[in-house]
Amino acid sequence: MSLVADIHKKLGAFSLDVALEAEEGITGLLGASGCGKSLTLKCIAGIERPDSGVIELDGEILFDSGKKIDLTPQKRGVGYLFQNYALFPNMTVRKNILCGLRPVKDRRERERELQDVIRLMRLEGLEDHLPAQLSGGQQQRAALARIIVTKPRLLLLDEPFSALDTHLRNTLKIELKDLLRSLGIRTLLVTHSRDEAYDLCTEIAVMDRGRISVRKPSRALFDDPEYVAAAVMTGCTNIAGAVKTGEKSVAVPDWGICLKTARKVPEDVRAVGIYARDFSPCETENRFRAVHCDTSEEPEETVFRFRFETQRPDTAPVWWRPGRTGGPETFPGELGVSPEKILLLKE
Amino acid sequence: MCFFAMFPGRDEVSMDLYPLYNSLRIAAISSVLVFFLGIFFAYYAARLPRVVKGILDVILTLPMVLPPTVCGYFLLLIFGMKRPLGIFLMQFGFRFVMTWYGGVLASMVVSFPLMYRTARGAFESFDRTLAYSGQTLGLSNTFIFWRIRMPACRQGILAGVVLAFARGLGEYGATSMLIGYTPGSTATISTTVYQLWRTNDEAGAFFWVMVNLIISAVVLLAVNLLESRQRRRRSE
Repeated sequence: MSLVADIHKKLGAFSLDVALEAEEGITGLLGASGCGKSLTLKCIAGIERPDSGVIELDGEILFDSGKKIDLTPQKRGVGYLFQNYALFPNMTVRKNILCGLRPVKDRRERERELQDVIRLMRLEGLEDHLPAQLSGGQQQRAALARIIVTKPRLLLLDEPFSALDTHLRNTLKIELKDLLRSLGIRTLLVTHSRDEAYDLCTEIAVMDRGRISVRKPSRALFDDPEYVAAAVMTGCTNIAGAVKTGEKSVAVPDWGICLKTARKVPEDVRAVGIYARDFSPCETENRFRAVHCDTSEEPEETVFRFRFETQRPDTAPVWWRPGRTGGPETFPGELGVSPEKILLLKE
Repeated sequence: MCFFAMFPGRDEVSMDLYPLYNSLRIAAISSVLVFFLGIFFAYYAARLPRVVKGILDVILTLPMVLPPTVCGYFLLLIFGMKRPLGIFLMQFGFRFVMTWYGGVLASMVVSFPLMYRTARGAFESFDRTLAYSGQTLGLSNTFIFWRIRMPACRQGILAGVVLAFARGLGEYGATSMLIGYTPGSTATISTTVYQLWRTNDEAGAFFWVMVNLIISAVVLLAVNLLESRQRRRRSE
């Protein structure tokens, strides 16, 4: 029971080469905008045709360029929630949902399913509203209702929260998580937000310039992103080129320091990454003198930016987020980082 | 009727309203046919490769910028009674020269580009994700076209039909070349105006000028109303 996709497509200078597998639960496709996430979803749904490749869902071939199989989107059994929800503007919520129920021929059965999904998605009283009269959250629920009634084998969510105000996002995120869990529907979620991916997905695939660089369970990905692109997408602000100097040590020329690591350094290491939260003034290992650059205040915490004393002048400052509690009022002269927190990154 | 009272010497009884009837008939039939043709070409042109689309676009829009007499010339070249196609159609009893339905043909050729271009503009501004989501919901492409795409582009397409109707009504050049002027048979408002003016029936010409003016004004008013409604809808 899984989705297996191997997609190749060239669009001008951009080329998409994605090999992806998704099992039960929510799989996240995390990547910067323009990396080909949405294009991947469109290929799986059958809206875009790959130049070559294979797409298989639960053993059924949806697309196979070699065997010349290319099912229409109508026959794929794949639900697609668009960024703008794509509710039909000329139809009421009720009619929008009935669009998904057209295959149900029995009128009473259709009406029953309609009422069920309206109750499930808490759309009572909104049946006769046009999409333009709904709030962003209601639009999302209506669009999901319309998809759910088609009983898709796979649900594709394309940046489901990007059209919403920030304060709504977190509430809807929790709602969506609960809904997907209770429906037990296998989902592929496209997002550029690490918070959404971390919270919602059981597994995350990081996409970078048309390729998937790494695919891991969410927690494992944030603990060890392995690749530079993945580290950037997980929110690691401090990344610098590195050279292996020993089994468990690397030199970082840009920062002018050597770091001890807990993990064995692979031969093909290209860079190290340190999350801004992982520096500590109390840590005794990997401790270096640091010069304060500037401080910025965020609602939740204070962010320090500093340079190592030995750091090259033309390189970017290093970020430190001590958090609201436990953070010092003034910048300490020395900071350390535990060897376990050093991320070893490949290109 | 007070309208006729404005034209001394022309009362309702002696008034021959055939040109009005003929013009409305030609314009109505031609705009219905142009509606389907325009939508068909606008829809399929959008899916063609860029080069083919560009060439087709030029050919389909040409009648809009050519003098109508040139269109009429081409129509005679194709459907003339001594031309192969003309002779062929004659065998089935169809003759486009000097018949009222020849006027439909002339009017279609000239008004087609207006419908085609407005429909294409409307289709191009259509949000594609609506069609995509329809497909992933299992809706047939026919359903998506008539129940989602057309309603979403309704205002633009309606404006195109109205423009095509108005243009068909005012058609003179191609019409006079292809079907000429025969009172009670091929006479339209525009050819009647010219004929009456030529024969020094100034009052008659003025009457038909006023009729034409009123119809055109109503049509343009309708277009403006449609457009302002569309603007309001967008700003909502």
